[in-house]
Amino acid sequence: MLAVETEQASLAGALGRRGITRRQLVKFCSLMLTTLALPDKYLAATVAAVSKAKKQVLVWMQFQDCAGCSESMLRSSHPEIADIVLDLFSWEYHELIMAGSGAAANAVLDRVVTQEKGNYIAVVEGGIPTADGGVYCTIGGRSALDIAKTVCGNAAATIAVGACAADGGFMRAHPNPTGAVGLEEAVPGIRLINMNGCAHNPVNTAAVLVHYLTFRDLPAVDQHNRPLFAYGRVIHDQCERRAHYDAGRFVTEWGDEGHRKGYCLYKMGCKGPAATFNCPTAQWNDHTSWPIRAGHGCIACASPRFWDHMSPFYDRLPSVPGFGVEVTAGELGLGLVGAVVAGVTVHGLITMIRPAPPYPETKV
Amino acid sequence: MARLVIDPVTRIEGHLRIEAQLDGGKVSDAWSSGTMFRGMEIILEGRDPREAWIWAQRICGVCTVVHALASVRAVENALAIPIPENARIVRDLMAGAQMVQDHVIHFYHLHALDWVDVASALKADPAKTSAIAQSISDYDRSSATYFRGIQQRVKAVVDSGQLSLFASGYWGHPAYLLPPEVNLLAVAHYLEALEWQKDFIRIHALLGGKNPHPQSFLVGGMTTSLDPNEPFAVINPIVIDKLQDLVKSAKKFVDQIYIPDVLAIAPYYKDWFSRGEGLGNFLSYGDYASDNLEDPKTFLFPRGVVLNRDLSTVHAVEPAGISEFVTHSWYEYSGGDENGKHPSVGETKPKYTGPKPPYDFLEVDRKYSWLKAPRYQGKAMEVGPLARVVVGYASGQPDIRAAVDGVLTKLNATPTVLYSTLGRIAARAIEAQIMAHRLQGWLDQLSSNLDHGNVTVFNPIRWDPATWPKSARGFGWHEAPRGSLGHWVEIEGKSIKNYQAVVPTTWNAGPRDTQGNRGAYEAALAGTPVADPARPLEILRTVHSFDPCLACAVHVIDAQGRKYTLPMVR
Repeated sequence: MLAVETEQASLAGALGRRGITRRQLVKFCSLMLTTLALPDKYLAATVAAVSKAKKQVLVWMQFQDCAGCSESMLRSSHPEIADIVLDLFSWEYHELIMAGSGAAANAVLDRVVTQEKGNYIAVVEGGIPTADGGVYCTIGGRSALDIAKTVCGNAAATIAVGACAADGGFMRAHPNPTGAVGLEEAVPGIRLINMNGCAHNPVNTAAVLVHYLTFRDLPAVDQHNRPLFAYGRVIHDQCERRAHYDAGRFVTEWGDEGHRKGYCLYKMGCKGPAATFNCPTAQWNDHTSWPIRAGHGCIACASPRFWDHMSPFYDRLPSVPGFGVEVTAGELGLGLVGAVVAGVTVHGLITMIRPAPPYPETKV
Repeated sequence: MARLVIDPVTRIEGHLRIEAQLDGGKVSDAWSSGTMFRGMEIILEGRDPREAWIWAQRICGVCTVVHALASVRAVENALAIPIPENARIVRDLMAGAQMVQDHVIHFYHLHALDWVDVASALKADPAKTSAIAQSISDYDRSSATYFRGIQQRVKAVVDSGQLSLFASGYWGHPAYLLPPEVNLLAVAHYLEALEWQKDFIRIHALLGGKNPHPQSFLVGGMTTSLDPNEPFAVINPIVIDKLQDLVKSAKKFVDQIYIPDVLAIAPYYKDWFSRGEGLGNFLSYGDYASDNLEDPKTFLFPRGVVLNRDLSTVHAVEPAGISEFVTHSWYEYSGGDENGKHPSVGETKPKYTGPKPPYDFLEVDRKYSWLKAPRYQGKAMEVGPLARVVVGYASGQPDIRAAVDGVLTKLNATPTVLYSTLGRIAARAIEAQIMAHRLQGWLDQLSSNLDHGNVTVFNPIRWDPATWPKSARGFGWHEAPRGSLGHWVEIEGKSIKNYQAVVPTTWNAGPRDTQGNRGAYEAALAGTPVADPARPLEILRTVHSFDPCLACAVHVIDAQGRKYTLPMVR
């Protein structure tokens, strides 16, 4: 009992020094657990993990990118980005927003790679061009591939955010003029998780970061190395317009009555039946909306190689004869993009989290 | 003489490298290099032009929306599709919101740390900061308690020994001149802006599902269905209410925080009203029509060219005058690299001839950048907020005139101070304010249309590719936050034959041309003092004042054989 009280006291002290109230912290941790579909019993461990005196060191690398995934991270609402970069992590390298340039920036990266070897998290945004000796993306005179090998090769774990880091993204689409690939291919064998999407959703990435802080491990993943909590369910099955699909009510022309009433966008090329992501439930920008609510079909941006595999984006997914409307949905996904969902039990899937070792039942 | 290399230039979008020759503590010459190439338009060839915007938008995630807009305009121009008024308004709302948000992020998160010493804020007296804050603005979060809280938060980060993003900063550099109290004010607003930008940009989520990369454009209009009585219409009275709140928050932030902060900081750095002048040539395509895009006279930001800082004459934009040079770019031209080519007949064959990575220095006498060098009638031009404000001021645009005169009066300065590093900052703030207030007008118009049953937001005449001509060419433009943006598309059959974009940062950050004329960055850096080459803060000030966006700048294609007339007005 005494030990617990001592721990509580030091925890409160650490929080106070960072200007965070305990209530705020517990609320944040609860939200993260909800996103991760973890039970409440981990709350104490999560709170303790994010309250550590020494902050987890993190570097954010940008290679062949558009900075959209950095911008997406800046839109994080729970927790807010200032809390992430100042309080939860020591966010030491991130070209978009870090203070120093040139030699000062490179010195930070060198220090992290050597002094924090094996302990820091690397987040990677953008693809890695491998053609012609890597001349299509250099930073500080070094090729992106060279830097990725050093930085990710020495990290405790790497989080590939966005389609480009996951699989080469846009640049890799036919004819892939720069030989772009994702991190998994560029630096094989590293401990890696893919946060596909264009952009990645910061709700999910923040959850992975907190999961790592809590369990010193990455959450359970599918065969594409994407966390199951976010990529384990078909969009069509979670869609707010699903009832219209089941009832056969479709938008047939942009701006028609069905479009104004929020009918199903399947006939306008929506790829929701063939894509997995928690976009309909996590949504974007502080849970404000998501693309289908904005009246446009899903482009399956969280699916591997979606630029080539899911375009043309306005072509209707082929229907499968012999199935009823309702059955077609799931079968359609499996039939059209078997690779995307093979190995994942699509319907009725219960989000799986890698079994974690027991944690002390610290009182919260 | 020493060669200074800054790579990566941080607090920008993309991969920029600056090499500078130092002579007697000043920059005697400079070279600007883009170090990434993606080949975006090559990838677009053969695809459905109706979805080109989805791809093109990914040119940049910082200035998201702008390439989607230029792209749909190019295809609509090619296929002769007029868009409904509601579609124009929704696009203007989205692009205008992008401009306001982008400018705020630039000032606070990409540029402020060049002027604001975070460490110095720890020495401030919060009561004095509070007094300063209350003397310059009505903004309600201005108490001594509030600023003390901010100070304690910064202190906790510093005391932890883990300075995070601030670890690499140039704190204590002699070029920092703000008193601790103003530094504390700016640090507080750095954090406020971080919070505000993510709230405000929900305007994109409401109108486009998400940000970055909203998803509601269509060739022919927008997917934002309007209906006053449908709860699931994208735009209905409930959504209008939410948009109203967000637009109000933009006006409040810009009027009460952004503008007062710029006016409070600038007087401490008056030297920078005469540094970083650059080319003195300004280009604006113009944008934001009050009626239709065919009539530049109705544009909020006028179209025009100002040469040699001569405000007495606004020249018409002659599209035929644009050419691109590759003499110092890693491309080759079939007819030899010495001659420029008009974008409509341009070509881009990547040919890297630079040093093999890892390298220490570029071969700046030869080719040294993935950016081409665009020129207008042979002259290097500056584009962006300063160009728009200069062209607008010279054109007598009343909103711009009033805003510029207001700021100049407060700074006790003449228009000549605009041609400078600080001038770019002032111009950006001015147009953010003009835009924040203009958003309200568009929103009210949209709301009125909804109330009156004008709900059309899409023109279906050319959605079906069977209705298209065998071949078509189009040009789409936009005045993006960073300047004049052009997309060119050639459609053959039902797919894209050629696609090309000439974007703001290519104009500003491009290398030298055949005659050795410098690009805008290179020219603006000449004479910049550098107190400490290991901490080249002064160079960053001028480069950042342009708001570089390198991902945009490098993504050109083989456009051989195209013959456009570049229809600025169809």
